[in-house]
Amino acid sequence: MAKQFEDFDANLAGEEGKTEETKTSWFKRIKKGINTKTSEKKETPEGLWAKCPECNYICTVTELREHLFVCPKCSYHHRISSQEYFELLYDNGQFTELFDNIRSKDFLEFTDLKPYKKRLEDIWSKTDLKDSMRVATGTIYGHGIVIACMDFEFIGGSLGSVMGEKFSRAVDYCIAHKQAYMVISKSGGARMMESAFSLMQLAKTSGKLSQLSDAKLPYISLLTDPTFGGISASFGMLGDLNIAEPGALIGFAGPRVIKETIKKDLPEGFQRSEFILEHGFLDFIVPRKGLKDKLGVVLGHFKS
Amino acid sequence: MPTNANRQFLDFEKPIKDLIEEIEHAKHRQEKTKIDMSDVIQRLDQSILDKRKEITRSLSSWQRVQLSRHPDRPYTLKYIEKMTTNFVELYGDRNVKDDKAMVGGFASLDGETVMIIGQQKGINTKMRQLRNFGMANPEGYRKALRLMRLAEKFNKPVITLIDTPGAFPGLEAEERGQGEAIARNIYEMVRLKVPVICVIIGEGASGGALGIGVGDKVFMMENTWYTVISPESCSSILWRSWDKKEVAAEQLRLTADKMLGFGLIDGIIPEPTGGAHWDYNESARILKDYLVPVIKELKLTAPEQRTNNRIEKFGKMGFWEEV
Ligand SMILES: [Zn+2]
Repeated sequence: MAKQFEDFDANLAGEEGKTEETKTSWFKRIKKGINTKTSEKKETPEGLWAKCPECNYICTVTELREHLFVCPKCSYHHRISSQEYFELLYDNGQFTELFDNIRSKDFLEFTDLKPYKKRLEDIWSKTDLKDSMRVATGTIYGHGIVIACMDFEFIGGSLGSVMGEKFSRAVDYCIAHKQAYMVISKSGGARMMESAFSLMQLAKTSGKLSQLSDAKLPYISLLTDPTFGGISASFGMLGDLNIAEPGALIGFAGPRVIKETIKKDLPEGFQRSEFILEHGFLDFIVPRKGLKDKLGVVLGHFKS
Repeated sequence: MPTNANRQFLDFEKPIKDLIEEIEHAKHRQEKTKIDMSDVIQRLDQSILDKRKEITRSLSSWQRVQLSRHPDRPYTLKYIEKMTTNFVELYGDRNVKDDKAMVGGFASLDGETVMIIGQQKGINTKMRQLRNFGMANPEGYRKALRLMRLAEKFNKPVITLIDTPGAFPGLEAEERGQGEAIARNIYEMVRLKVPVICVIIGEGASGGALGIGVGDKVFMMENTWYTVISPESCSSILWRSWDKKEVAAEQLRLTADKMLGFGLIDGIIPEPTGGAHWDYNESARILKDYLVPVIKELKLTAPEQRTNNRIEKFGKMGFWEEV
């Protein structure tokens, strides 16, 4: 279980992790495939092998993709990108991306081991992503819905000014077009390189949710592995429905910090979706395979 | 307030300590020899004042962080004691327990009832434990929200005094939904129908601070810091080492002047020369003189307009480019 959060801090620091899943596995090798358009994705090499980090089950990437990147043997949910979620959830895989012209700016000229500006340029050159969240609109079983989805690959899905702004514009779009709103979270927390600006996004996004609520439009927060810090301390936990994928790590403080604070080992299953549900903070847990159907039912309830 | 003999000194305050010791010597000699030393003592007193001024004029970001954590610094209850009358402390979140790291209650400020809420640090080893070093659990945030709702019901302005190294990262805090508690507070504070004024009086660390930090006006006292993470944790994550806290503090631009420049706060409240720990009465008086007119002014705006302004103010925060 430690495997997943071993790389937690590294990802948030904008570095790639060291575990099998994040560094050497199929995930990285097909990365370009994940982030390119559907038409180009057919070029993903067939027959590439993937190993499940939970149960070591080996299958082809093609097989894994057919199973929506859920391990056919143990149901481990691999981390997937915004592109996968959009294609999986929207009717016929059809959607329109919104606000894709906004990207981060190194306003503070922040430099840690690497200048923030350089970090951004590196990721822009390596992927098709402009920041850690993409927003799209389309329909799920005919219900109009805006989905804002995080990409963990972009500085650990961290929350910065761009995510805050896209989130805000997404809410405005929902209100203008009377659509439901869903946010798919997958993030280590706030983006430190944007300092207090990133912190203020918590208040900014909450203000927008308040307007969405006044417009009586549904807001669904889907938490996936991992969701921490500034996300869970703001819109991640503010859904009309808070839902999660199975086995996702969800919390405010990261497991390493808690362990160092209490100086004890953490109990098995701590901060997993199932734990969060038992403690009363989730409405339900839904496997990726049942996600679209369940959303269809729920959106129907909100509407009728 | 500590007497000179009981004062604690940071590294860079050491020259002041030396001067105080010189005064003590002079006084001692005066008593022993009966020679009038008042000239010398007066000169030394002036030197101390000059030194206090000199030191705070050229502080690094990290030194500013150190001042915000000064062991003699006044905490929330001290400000309440010095600024208000008729304070009635209210306890508990009506759910789990009373969180000693978060205090609050009704009080009279300049003859008017307000709700004052803030994190509370302990003044000695035993109290620091009891107050959990100013790190609230979810029940602390829920207690704060309960008090804010109470203020709203009776149309009383809310003042929050922020001083925390962060929300507590504990096992039980997670079980009881630390994230949800902070998220709920932020959300509800945006919508609160009464005037809300927030003041960073010491440390303003991340969500733990923002959990009582969304207001019509947000101020920082002169020697405080406010940002997304403590310089120590930032150093450990981004530099993979605990030794870069000074650089991290610099890079985070976490001081009041920087925050004001970014438009993320609405003003800086001055402190007595050398820092709030030199004079509690003066610190409280300055703070009170700041708060009273701001409350009056905020009351002139209709509640709905006030919340709209609040949403708009935070909505503008951020930087990005469009390509
Ligand atoms: Zn498996």
